[in-house]
Amino acid sequence: MSVPVRIRESRRRVAPPRSTGRSTSARRPRRSVLLTALTGVVVLYSLVPLVWLVVNATKTQQGLFDSFGLWFADDFALWDNVVRTLTYDDGIFLRWLGNTVLYVVLGAGGATALAALGGYGLAKFDFPGKRAVFAVIIGAVAVPGTALAVPTFLMFSGMGLTDTPWAVVVPSLISPFGLYLMWTFASEAIPDELLEAARLDGAGEFRIFFRICLPLLAPGTVTVLLFTAVATWNNYFLPLIMLRDRDWYPLTVGLDAWNSQATTAGGEVVFDLVVTGSLLTILPLIAAFLLLQRFWQSGLTAGGVKG
Amino acid sequence: MIRQRRRSAFTALAGVLALVLAACGSGGSGSGAQEQQFSDQDVQAALDAGGTLTVWAWEPTLKQVVDGFQRKHPRVKVELVNVGTGDDQYTALQNAIAAGSGVPDVAQLEYYALPQFALAKSVTDLRTLGADEYRDTFTPGPWASVHAGEGVFALPMDSGPMALYYNQEIFQKHGIAVPTTWDEYVAAARALHAADPAVYITNDIGNAGMATSMIWQAGGKPYGVDGTNVTIDFSDEGTQRYTAMWQQLISEKLLAPVDSWTDQWYQGLAEGSVATLVTGAWMPANLQSGVAAGAGKWRVAPMPQWKAGERAGAENGGSGLSIPAASEKKPLAHAFVEYATTGEGVQLRVDGGAFPATTEQLSSPEFLNAEFPYFGGQKANEIFAEEARNVLDGWTYLPFQVYANSVFNDTAGKAYVSDTTLSDGLRAWQDSSIEYGEQQGFTVGP
Repeated sequence: MSVPVRIRESRRRVAPPRSTGRSTSARRPRRSVLLTALTGVVVLYSLVPLVWLVVNATKTQQGLFDSFGLWFADDFALWDNVVRTLTYDDGIFLRWLGNTVLYVVLGAGGATALAALGGYGLAKFDFPGKRAVFAVIIGAVAVPGTALAVPTFLMFSGMGLTDTPWAVVVPSLISPFGLYLMWTFASEAIPDELLEAARLDGAGEFRIFFRICLPLLAPGTVTVLLFTAVATWNNYFLPLIMLRDRDWYPLTVGLDAWNSQATTAGGEVVFDLVVTGSLLTILPLIAAFLLLQRFWQSGLTAGGVKG
Repeated sequence: MIRQRRRSAFTALAGVLALVLAACGSGGSGSGAQEQQFSDQDVQAALDAGGTLTVWAWEPTLKQVVDGFQRKHPRVKVELVNVGTGDDQYTALQNAIAAGSGVPDVAQLEYYALPQFALAKSVTDLRTLGADEYRDTFTPGPWASVHAGEGVFALPMDSGPMALYYNQEIFQKHGIAVPTTWDEYVAAARALHAADPAVYITNDIGNAGMATSMIWQAGGKPYGVDGTNVTIDFSDEGTQRYTAMWQQLISEKLLAPVDSWTDQWYQGLAEGSVATLVTGAWMPANLQSGVAAGAGKWRVAPMPQWKAGERAGAENGGSGLSIPAASEKKPLAHAFVEYATTGEGVQLRVDGGAFPATTEQLSSPEFLNAEFPYFGGQKANEIFAEEARNVLDGWTYLPFQVYANSVFNDTAGKAYVSDTTLSDGLRAWQDSSIEYGEQQGFTVGP
């Protein structure tokens, strides 16, 4: 966990200070009114939708229509909304929550494992075609998943896998960005000398990876895990076209299905449940970020140090 | 019907699928030129044998129908799958047909979308299952709507004879009479907006389903379909009547700039900024769940007429149940479709609040005398049933109406946001529809 920090410090120690003025300003940055204001705007921009969501999850459907959007209505219906969200339509929300967790555990977990293995391999072993692999990965990072959704659908349909959880899990296993990140991270975090020493001591390659390298890779792994978990948790388009059966929907598609009940003749309008459901949907993500924050930050800076 | 809201997300996919659909039309799933005939014995045998039936539909009262059907035929298991509403389902259905797997045995199709699937032979001509016998079971509007050429490609499930829904409280508050003609409607629009600038007579930012239904009621017949020969002409007299009247509402900014089916729309209906809706008879269920605050304030009246004393009506929305050509359980599927649209299922759906397409239910005293607490105890079904009888003959949708509707806002929709007139906008829609039709291999002329 502390690896990247150590690298950064050692570099700073080694690099001679170019000018004293600069090094003091780096140690004690001056306050900038402009930057503070800009940051404030960004914070506001990010937080207002969240505030709106929290405030409106406390309203009844009627309250949503006739009260000011960013303040509470007279009726405080949060608990009632939560209970109704969890029980509406035979409690299908909980089923969707379970599906989402399943897709995240298998998809994001698998993607992280593959990225760690692949990134380590690419960083620490030389083999012919490595440059080609690099080109493919960089190219793949640039292709948005949405563009591949339709071809993926037709392929999965050919294999008879559509409308099954596999149709969501298997494409989620591929994370070119995660692989790239792990590659960069592994080449930085694992000194070649360490591997040589381990090999001289007679450790096998698997032992070296699992006992020595994996702990060193932990910050990067957690970063990739968070990335892929968020991507899978929020995945909408892929499950939308892959799944027909409501029972396999993740939360994103399920909430959209509730929302579109309002657009159909005879459908039951449940905007209040859509709002409350959306709040419940993002809570686990917020919790994951807060709990893994330390790993997340150190992981991100690791990439920056290299550049 | 009316769902442009979600169009953008699917435009790209729809483009791909339209091509796929055209490809299907020239072979693929509908390769059997001579369609197999099924007898009642086949249907009975299928019911006795049992099996699993997949039904794709979003209509909420079908749940009760499925339960009823399974009780009656315990060997049959019906899987009711909601793959999305309207366009979403058509996308999914075309995907499945293109992929050749996962095609359902029964699919709900709105009337405007049916010709597209019928012409591509993606759905079964139900005459092979004896559908002709139901000629008198359904009211004329829906029965005509499930035809494409000679074929019958769905059995009507619900219908949407149009009526005027109005917020009585607002009309009374400002002392304005409820309009019975379109001239009075325009006058009421002016009076309401003058009395309270926050109030609009209705909302419209350009809606293909609404526009075509209005033209239908005005006696316009812009579409003609004869096999693959299609005519599109928005210059006929009926269309002109509609554009002349509606242009006044647009030019004088008397329409709330809100799209139907959005949260703002429900909000407008609830807070009273949208005073009337001219729409199908399926609307009460949406009002009850989406506009609870309007209970007791709203009423129903016949659709405004073009000439005082006339009795002209039109359909808006409504859908039928089709059997995709790729289904391997057609007799069983037909048994379900019959149950849901002509048998006990109809009453189950009516009890659940749906508006039927069958003459029997529409003329039953129990149905007609039902009092709607939401409408202040008004017997609204009497008006709806009357409107169902008034629907004008001879309307047809394009065999590529789903696409045409998806480009309505890019063409005719300009009339709402620029100096383009509505009739110019409709001409642009016409051109764009003709171009698309020709690309798809139709012979299209104005």
